[in-house]
Amino acid sequence: MSDTESNPIRDAIAEAIAEHDTILFMKGTPEAPACGFSARTVAMLQSLEAPFAAVDILPDPRIRQELSAISGWPTIPQLFVGGELVGGCDIVTEMYESGELAETLGLESSEGATATQTLASESQPAGFTQIENRLG
Amino acid sequence: MPTAEEIKQRIEAAIPGARADVEDYTGGGDHFRATVVSPAFAGCSRIQQHKLVYGVFGDEIGGPIHALSLKTQVPQEPGVAGGEQHAAAAT
Repeated sequence: MSDTESNPIRDAIAEAIAEHDTILFMKGTPEAPACGFSARTVAMLQSLEAPFAAVDILPDPRIRQELSAISGWPTIPQLFVGGELVGGCDIVTEMYESGELAETLGLESSEGATATQTLASESQPAGFTQIENRLG
Repeated sequence: MPTAEEIKQRIEAAIPGARADVEDYTGGGDHFRATVVSPAFAGCSRIQQHKLVYGVFGDEIGGPIHALSLKTQVPQEPGVAGGEQHAAAAT
């Protein structure tokens, strides 16, 4: 395997997945999703008031290629929790409806939660900058 | 550009015992929604089940097939049609 060095994007993605408990790879940003599936996934996470990091895969096509190579999952969005792929929009929707999503995220299913927006907007830049730093 | 019928046939041909319902939900030939029921999904996580179906199409997903929204089921799960066999056997 001589391609470790030639793959800074893959390394950056793997690191981002490892470093964030909950990380969503999506098209666009949580504020301005660029695809309905990404928008729905963001909306579900936000309605559970779950803190999450987000990475926009659109700025560079290599992000999506490398992400799918890592996860074996062809579509976007992709939600990772604790380093594991949870699924895309369909699976997240099923889990949201059954209450499993809150469980997987380690949240109380009763919604006595805290400041959503602060959590969400604080956690995004970490995800964004990490990947994009490696692109430069 | 694939049709819903083609997608259905390809899923049913590739996954043992699969029954697929496929809908082209925009009518544009690139956004599909499929419900797939197969005994081949038994013992697989949802992720693995969806990967099996995505695997039928390889690189076409994200290419000509912009979206393939999936729902997968194992026949005879509680609450899913197919449990009658057990009931019949018991009587």
